[in-house]
Amino acid sequence: MSATTLAPTTETIVAPQARARRRPHVPGQKPFGPLRIVAFAVLALLAIGWLLPFLWAVATAFKTETDAASGDPGWIGASGPTIEAFTAILSQGNVYTWAFNSLWTSAAVTLITLAISALAAYAFSRLDFTGRKWLFAVIIASIVVPPQVLIIPLFYQMLTFNMIDTYWGLILPQVVAPAMVFILKRFFDAVPIELEEAARVDGASRFRIFWSIVLPLSRPILASVAIFVFIGAWNNFLWPFLVINDTTLMTLPVGLQTVISAYGVQYAQVMAQAVLAALPLIIVFIIFQKQIVKGVATSGFGGQ
Amino acid sequence: MTNTATSTRAIVTGGASDLRPRRAGTGRREQLVSWAFLAPFVVAFVLFLIWPIVHGIYLSFTDQSLTGAGGSLVGFANYAEALTDPVMWRSMGNTVWFTLLSTVPLVAIALLMAALVDRGLPGQWLWRLSFFMPYLLASTVISQIWVWIFNPQIGAANNVLEAFGLEPLAWLQNPETNMMSIVIATVWWTVGFNFLLYLAAMQNIPPQQYEAASLDGASTWRQFWSITLPQLGPATVLILLLQILASLKLFDQAYQMLGGVASDTTRSIVQYIYEAGFTSYRFGYSAAISYVFFALIVIVGVAQAVVSRRRKEQL
Repeated sequence: MSATTLAPTTETIVAPQARARRRPHVPGQKPFGPLRIVAFAVLALLAIGWLLPFLWAVATAFKTETDAASGDPGWIGASGPTIEAFTAILSQGNVYTWAFNSLWTSAAVTLITLAISALAAYAFSRLDFTGRKWLFAVIIASIVVPPQVLIIPLFYQMLTFNMIDTYWGLILPQVVAPAMVFILKRFFDAVPIELEEAARVDGASRFRIFWSIVLPLSRPILASVAIFVFIGAWNNFLWPFLVINDTTLMTLPVGLQTVISAYGVQYAQVMAQAVLAALPLIIVFIIFQKQIVKGVATSGFGGQ
Repeated sequence: MTNTATSTRAIVTGGASDLRPRRAGTGRREQLVSWAFLAPFVVAFVLFLIWPIVHGIYLSFTDQSLTGAGGSLVGFANYAEALTDPVMWRSMGNTVWFTLLSTVPLVAIALLMAALVDRGLPGQWLWRLSFFMPYLLASTVISQIWVWIFNPQIGAANNVLEAFGLEPLAWLQNPETNMMSIVIATVWWTVGFNFLLYLAAMQNIPPQQYEAASLDGASTWRQFWSITLPQLGPATVLILLLQILASLKLFDQAYQMLGGVASDTTRSIVQYIYEAGFTSYRFGYSAAISYVFFALIVIVGVAQAVVSRRRKEQL
């Protein structure tokens, strides 16, 4: 029995230092045993199953509308591949506006969330103040409140603040992420205190210590949290859908939703736009794969 | 000595242990500094989380409408209406049904994927990309892809059925199969997240245990049953809880895959909250349904806490 088994639930999964490592070669294990071949086959089948829907969508995006609507399951339509659907989508002026809105509002949500959560997490981790335990308990408890429950009062609040159809109305309610405070606090807790004590002896202020010692040491966790908040904001549908009605202020998911009916059964265009919308995040995943995998392992919080 | 031990443990496990420095004479200053650090988050927290929770409770006791009309207190009328509203119960039932249907494959398939990938087979990068990539897609995107796959005339789903000699289906159009279609799309979309959680939990198991078992002649299969699976208990409890909570929040894909049309068999409780508030303009009633839904979530959370405590006591 290792200590890991006895550790509380979250501790096992949420260990910030969870390393992604490959199992070393186990002595006596045949590299090509029958079980390994079966495992490989099942894995390959699953991977094909998971890749196919997306690859089908990509293939359809490169068909003509007639071929896409023909029901011919072939990868390449009778008229051969074409980028017609993509050019049709991109000639629609709004797509650029929506992509730009998505990009900058998601970036703003990420930056603000990260800044306010990290500051608060540092206070909970290192500073001594009245009501610390109590406040932290309230914040942790609020993790269970699903944002979907709050759409009515939040929308009402945005009405009173005159923030319907504004970027602020879109951004601000998304920056409160109690789970991120929890994750960052756990990480700060694990940063050796000795580093900060030396700086304190030299007379550095708390903020200075936070900024020049703790934050640089926390780059990996900050990156993971940032990626998750960004993906969440980029893909968020319900809140932007409610708070934004002005076509020029829409984010990509909401904007695309509004034009689907306009496209009717133009499947090649619909798929082309799905592929275009997915592309940025797939690129992000390929670049930041390690941080994302580690981020899931570290946080366990994502949400749909 | 104790000190060193604590901090090492803290670093290894991510430590919940208390390491705050306590220095005499910094009390008042420390309070001020603390609140300077806390203020931005706490302001946002109170404004956009605590206040809406409180105000939502108030709204649920009024006949407030989206248009600004109404707003007088109506007592428990909204709750009484909600609890006798067949559409509310139907939506609640659909939500619970979706949660039951989706949670089992979302946990079982994730475990299977992680167990296979954890074998260290070549192509790690490709497996992780294939299984996790759909999770990165916006609900709009996955809805469009699956609406097209489930299209009865030209969609690929019926091609697959035909390949197995089965009758084609009207997937999303048929009230008997539309929820199942949404479950299939959802499993494809989100299983990657659970897969990564399981993979992380498996990779935390010390490799020495496998080496020792292997030297004792235990087969791979045996190692999985006797070493891997038992140690995944805490991970499974967490994944189950996160999954149930996530599934209960069904809205985006169900709403979009049916083109925003309300269907008796797929309308989720979140969709009903949306319809009551933004289609029927009844904010007060919608808020009341929100809190009935919230009660359901709290019950699930408490049930989970009780179950996991009992598990711990058994250990």
